[in-house]
Amino acid sequence: MKGRDDAPAAPTFSEAQLAEVHRLQALYPDPQGALLPALHLAQEAFGYISLETEEYVAGLFNLSPAHVHEVVTFYTLYFRERPGRHVVSVCHNLSCHLAGAPAIIAHLKTRLGVAPGETTADGRVTLLSVECLCACEAAPMMQVDDRYELDLTPAKVDQILGSLA
Amino acid sequence: MSGEAILTRNFARSDSHTLGVYRETGGYQAWAKAQAMEPTAILDEVKRSNLRGLGGAGFPTGTKWSFIPKNHPGPVYLVINADEGEPGTFKDRYLLERDPHALIEGMLIAARAIGSATGFVYVRGEYVEPWRRFAAAVREAYEARYLGSGFDIVVHRGAGAYICGEETGLISSLEGKKGWPKLKPPFPAIKGAFGAPTIVNNVETICQVPHIINRGAEWFAGLGTKTQGGTRMYSVSGRVARPAVYETSVSITLRQLIYDLAGGVTGNGKLKAVVPGGSSAAILTADEIDVTMDVDGLRNAGTMAGSAGVIVMDETVSIPEALMVVARFYAHESCGQCTPCRESTGWIYKMTRRIVERRGRKEDLDTILDVAKRGAGTTICAFYDGAVGPYISYIEKFRGEFEALVPK
Repeated sequence: MKGRDDAPAAPTFSEAQLAEVHRLQALYPDPQGALLPALHLAQEAFGYISLETEEYVAGLFNLSPAHVHEVVTFYTLYFRERPGRHVVSVCHNLSCHLAGAPAIIAHLKTRLGVAPGETTADGRVTLLSVECLCACEAAPMMQVDDRYELDLTPAKVDQILGSLA
Repeated sequence: MSGEAILTRNFARSDSHTLGVYRETGGYQAWAKAQAMEPTAILDEVKRSNLRGLGGAGFPTGTKWSFIPKNHPGPVYLVINADEGEPGTFKDRYLLERDPHALIEGMLIAARAIGSATGFVYVRGEYVEPWRRFAAAVREAYEARYLGSGFDIVVHRGAGAYICGEETGLISSLEGKKGWPKLKPPFPAIKGAFGAPTIVNNVETICQVPHIINRGAEWFAGLGTKTQGGTRMYSVSGRVARPAVYETSVSITLRQLIYDLAGGVTGNGKLKAVVPGGSSAAILTADEIDVTMDVDGLRNAGTMAGSAGVIVMDETVSIPEALMVVARFYAHESCGQCTPCRESTGWIYKMTRRIVERRGRKEDLDTILDVAKRGAGTTICAFYDGAVGPYISYIEKFRGEFEALVPK
């Protein structure tokens, strides 16, 4: 058993980030409305949402850590472990499936050497296979970090992967 | 080809999202007009226009607004559902990115009609660029004083969960909880976000409102069918020559939409089936496409207009495989609150998968149909009913194709 002293240090927001949390909380009739936005902010600041981060954010909202854990685990966009430097989310829903998403996913698996849900050994890319991202007019498609990459072909996928540092 | 473009009129311009372009093309004139109208007059105009909700349920918008208690002493909220997620649908993404001021102006008018001083716009978490575009437009609208003098908009980002597109799930999420839908009644108009009377409307629905105020209820009603006014944006994808968003009258038929607007089936192939209103709509066979695309036209055809996401399948498509993909989606997105939905979506995905992998059993198809039919209507929200639409229709209309995969 690890002693308490070995537990990861609790992450804390900077003054500016704390001010942003308070600004967000004031936008809602109940400050709790700002929980999802604050968790987005925490993920941006710390890279992912650890149990310690959940506890820290819970303190900022006067909520139980259990409530924050329940929220974090309900949604797909909060990472509970540090993801790769880039997150590649390929749509596998119906329109993309009809346009060849299975072949795109197979190609990504080969190129990256990981299966959906895994991160490359060098920490460069986390590959995910996700539900509809609502860009079906340009299927098959994927999201790379903040960007939508549309009308994918294996060659285009290679080009995109090549541009990721 | 499809008549006048109304919602999409500026889409071809690269700067269509700016306040300058919006104003230049008549933007915020409806808001000027609405400020001189009594709230009840706005409500009456929207009622008479036959505008129906364009997110999925197709409920008459004016009627929904009228459920807000009169002279309510506390706050009333207007919540915009920009949590677009229905598979096969992508119209709201275009509106947020290419005409965000239309949503802001529509919100100002709607807020006046229902007596709201605060609006929340719930944008799906994956929509980063649409969120940035819309947030930038909100800043422009504050600088121009459209916002901040009686009405404020809070732009809220979701975090990835299809169920938050369900209006009470969205409200739970907005309140800082997991997106579990709530039992109705009480309906949101009585007790919604943060316990206050709340109207939840879809992006496209609200973008129609300025045009109704500018040009009148009769004009808008005349664009559609007897029971639904206006145009709407059809998201067309799958095996078609020109997948895209098409704005056209709700009186168009599915055949016209596929062949006249979207260029027909890819490579002049043969049509096999179409999902007419997002993945939760029952599938139609190639012989069933001479139906009008309004809410009642599709309801009479045994399916639904839903979110107007049209997914086209040609003869190359395996219907059992398509159902497996759809079933995987519902299994993943079930929020887990109600037992019939949580359990059935998981098991039905496993069963469709083993059928596709040729490990199915003879009784599987009847088991799926039985489970689907028993569970429909037994849950808190419409999610499971939406899953049942494809389960039953894919199997009943293409049963032979499923049976051919089951080992003898």
